[in-house]
Formats: sequence, structure tokens, C-alpha cells
Amino acid sequence: MSLLSLSNLTIRYGRLTAVRNVAFTLAEGEILFITGPNGAGKSSLLRAIAGVTPPAGGRIDFADHDITGRAPEDIARLGVSMVPEGREVFGSLTIEENLTVGTGMHAGEHGWRGRAADALEEIYATFPILKERRHTQAGLLSGGQQQMLVIGRALMTNPRLIAIDEPSLGLAPNITDQVYERLIALRAHRKLTLLIVEQSSTRAMMVGGRMILMRGGEVLLDGDARAMGQSEAMQAAYFGYGDH
Amino acid sequence: MGSVMQVVFDAASLGSLYALGALGIALIFGVMRLVNFAHGDVIAACVFVLLWPSVDAVAIVFAGNLPWFLLVPFVLAMGAALSVASEVVVFRRFRNANPATMMIASFALGFVIRYFLLMLYSSRPKSISLLPTLSQPVEIMGARIPLLQVITIVVTIGVLFGLTSFLRRTRFGLEMRAAAENFTMARVLGVRANRVIMGAFALSGALAAAIALILGSQTGTANIVMGANVMLMAFIATVIGGMGSLAGAVIAGFLLGAIAVVMQVILPPDARAFRDAFVYGAVILVLIFRPQGLLTARGTKERV
Repeated sequence: MSLLSLSNLTIRYGRLTAVRNVAFTLAEGEILFITGPNGAGKSSLLRAIAGVTPPAGGRIDFADHDITGRAPEDIARLGVSMVPEGREVFGSLTIEENLTVGTGMHAGEHGWRGRAADALEEIYATFPILKERRHTQAGLLSGGQQQMLVIGRALMTNPRLIAIDEPSLGLAPNITDQVYERLIALRAHRKLTLLIVEQSSTRAMMVGGRMILMRGGEVLLDGDARAMGQSEAMQAAYFGYGDH
Repeated sequence: MGSVMQVVFDAASLGSLYALGALGIALIFGVMRLVNFAHGDVIAACVFVLLWPSVDAVAIVFAGNLPWFLLVPFVLAMGAALSVASEVVVFRRFRNANPATMMIASFALGFVIRYFLLMLYSSRPKSISLLPTLSQPVEIMGARIPLLQVITIVVTIGVLFGLTSFLRRTRFGLEMRAAAENFTMARVLGVRANRVIMGAFALSGALAAAIALILGSQTGTANIVMGANVMLMAFIATVIGGMGSLAGAVIAGFLLGAIAVVMQVILPPDARAFRDAFVYGAVILVLIFRPQGLLTARGTKERV
């Protein structure tokens, strides 16, 4: 049973077609990397799944619901949490406030404060640095800390699918390692499904799992990341020679 | 000493009006990048809800006869309701339009409200006596200050504290602050857009109603254009304060009130008629040196 399924998805900005007829399915618990050069349509794809950019055509299903063109807050309620490119922390809010924004939909019997307190403890256990600086304005954090904050913030919504746009962007390699280490641990611990967009395929090959290679708004390759790394088609996709 | 105190109280009470007005505009601008020019007409409408519709010269007081502890909540609720209605009926349809289109829609809505009042009540200013006990003077440090001025200042400070703690301590306040900074991201985290925007409109409408109560008691008249001047000054205050910055709007509102009152005192009598020209001159100076406003709001960059 697939958790997420895209069929014939097309996304346009005015006359520019960013994504053309993309289709794939993602099973629960799977880890999928979407890679490809600049302008391949990777970010557009994530934004469409999260409901930020309504698609021009095609259909997106998540957990047996048709979510095509639905509002971001409705899609979030079904269990999709997106971490956008450039992180987008709420700079004037404290770390703790940033984290708490996402708990509104799980008011539950303890009210939002009770629910937030439990979830916060869990996030703080994963990212101790966030606890240390919980009352600091998020805008003052370093890039790596902001990246941990936005991943933590996305987890606070208690998602089934977490979709992250370029978690390594602007981070030193050892910080990126840390971020990935936590992501992989979280995936095992929470049975999360991960959809990660990266420009480079190196990270996908290190972590393993499935990889989709996009270019010019279309899916070129879809398969096992490690196997794909060896293939010539992959080189061709990046450097633009060969026919496809 | 007495006359200095008089000036201080004049400045603070005029500044309070501008600050309350600026807050009402900045709250809505913060969450949806709309400059709501209908705000002044909402203020006027809040005075007229106290009167029974008639085109007679004499006002037929209706809700205005309520005791103050019912009258104040009634007017606040009407302001909030009118403001929320304008969101549901008009602004919701322009949610994805560009800011200029939304601004023009707000002008149109303002005209509709004003001409609706004109139709129901005629354009003649009507004299009303709203909360008449408040015009009695009290003596503070040698100056005789109208009680209403004192109440205006106290109420404004109370509203500022109340709003600050609402924004800081409640779930709804948290969602509003997050949405004001990055609306799309807040929605991705499950914050309901409609709820936040309607909340902002309700607060803004209640602030308009508070201004209406103060203006109505101060001037003793109901006039369909009575909100226009406050609206203009409040708008200028939000620009000087840095669009979308609530603290900036409040500071700039008080600053404008102070400048206006001080100009009134220090300008030679012949130039006093041109007081507003001097105030706007000061505004231009501020904007030349700080075009981004006194405080820069985060998240006012273009949304993608």
C-alpha cells in the first residue's frame, strides 16, 4: 500500500512548466531521494505535495486522500510535513515558539500546552542544542542549528511523511552528517517516511535507499541509489550528454 | 508647570488615538499584506450603531442609552463583527491578489460603508452625548485635564499590555505572530489561514470601535467622515513605524500625536492653520532618513 502517490503531475508558473507529467509512488517507511540539477523541478514537486503550489494538472494522493490542490493546513493535518528550501525559521520567535507552532492541530485532551510539552521533550532529546537555547530568537541561530530547528519543528506536527528540501544547503559537511544521522535515527524510531530533495546524489549514495533523478521537470531515472551511482545514465543526466 | 502638563496630556491622548488606529491597520497588514483603507469608515460606522437610522437632524439615540458597561462591549462587538464581515464578504476573494488590488478593494469597501451610512443617517453631523460624565475635568499636577483624556491614555496603555500578552501567551497569538512573519510556512505547519485572518480582523475592528467610543465622546458628534483623519494619521504611523511592525506602529502613533500637539503650541499663531503641513513635513524627513520605517518588521519580504 503506497502512502504517497503522484500521477501525471504538472506544475506551471505562468507559461513556464516546472514539472511535467511526473508519476511515482512512495511506500510507508520508505526513504526516497529526489536529485537533479538546478531547475529540475524538485522543489516545485515538494511545494505541490505540501499544497503550497497547486499543480496545473495531475493528481496527488496521500494516505487514501486526494490532496490535489488542497490547502496546506489541511494537508498538514493528514500527516505531511514539509521543510522548505532555505529553512524559513520564524526569526523573531524563540526556538520553543517555533517548535510549538506546529502543535495546534493536536489539541487533544491535555490542550495544546500539554501536547506541546510532551512533543517538545522528545525533540529536545534528539536535538539537545535546541533545549539549551530554547528562549533564543531563532533568527540568531547558526545555519546548522536552524536546520535542526526546522526538522524538529516539522516533527512537532507528528507527521507520517516528512519532505525536506536540501537539508545540506549551506552547511559544513560534518554538520550535514549530524543532520542525516538524526534523520535516519528518527526514521527508524518513528516509522517515518522520508522524502529528501538534494541537488547532489552523493548523499543519497552514502545513505542508500531509493533515488529519483529529475531533469527539466521530468523523471529520468528511478531506482536504488547505490546502483544508480555507478550507471552512465546518471552521469549523462548531470552533465547533459547522451540521449534521454 | 500646569501648561506643560496640559501639553503632555494632549499629546499622549492624541497619540493614543493614532496608536490604536495604527495598530488596527498594522495587525491586518501583518497577516495579509493588506492596507485596509476602510478602517476609517469602520470607525465611523461604530459611532452610528448607537443611533437609530434616520435622516433627521436630531439624533435618535438607540443603543447609546445603554449603561456604559453594556455600551462599551456592544460597540466593540459591533466593530469586530463589521470588520470580520468585511473579510468574509470582500477581502477573502482577494486573498491571492496583489497588494495594490487589495488596497483598491479596501477603498471601495470604505466608500460602500460611508454611502450606506449616508443613506441611513444623512451626511449632516449629529450631536450626541456619549458618556457625558467623562468630559468633566480632573486636576493633575496643577493642570485641569478632561477625565476623558486620562481614560483614553489609560485605556490605550491597557489595550497595549493586553494585546502584547495575548500575542505572547496564547496559542492564537503565537499563530498570529508566526503567520505575520511567514504565512505560507505557518500554514504548512497546520495553522489555519482563515482563523488567523479572521482573528486579526476581529481585533482590528474592536480597536476601531475603541477609537469610535473615544472620538464620539470627545467631539460629541456623529459624522460619517469622522474616521477619515484618524485613519490617515494611523496609516502614516504604520508607514513610519515600519509596515507590519506592531511596536513600530504604536511608537510612531504616539510620535505623530506628540509632533502635532507640540507644533500647535510652538508654531506662531499665523502658521497654526498649516499645522498638518508641518507634521507631514516631519514625516517626509523621517522617511528620507529611514525609508524602511523606524522598526523593520521581519517577514515583510515578498511572499513566494
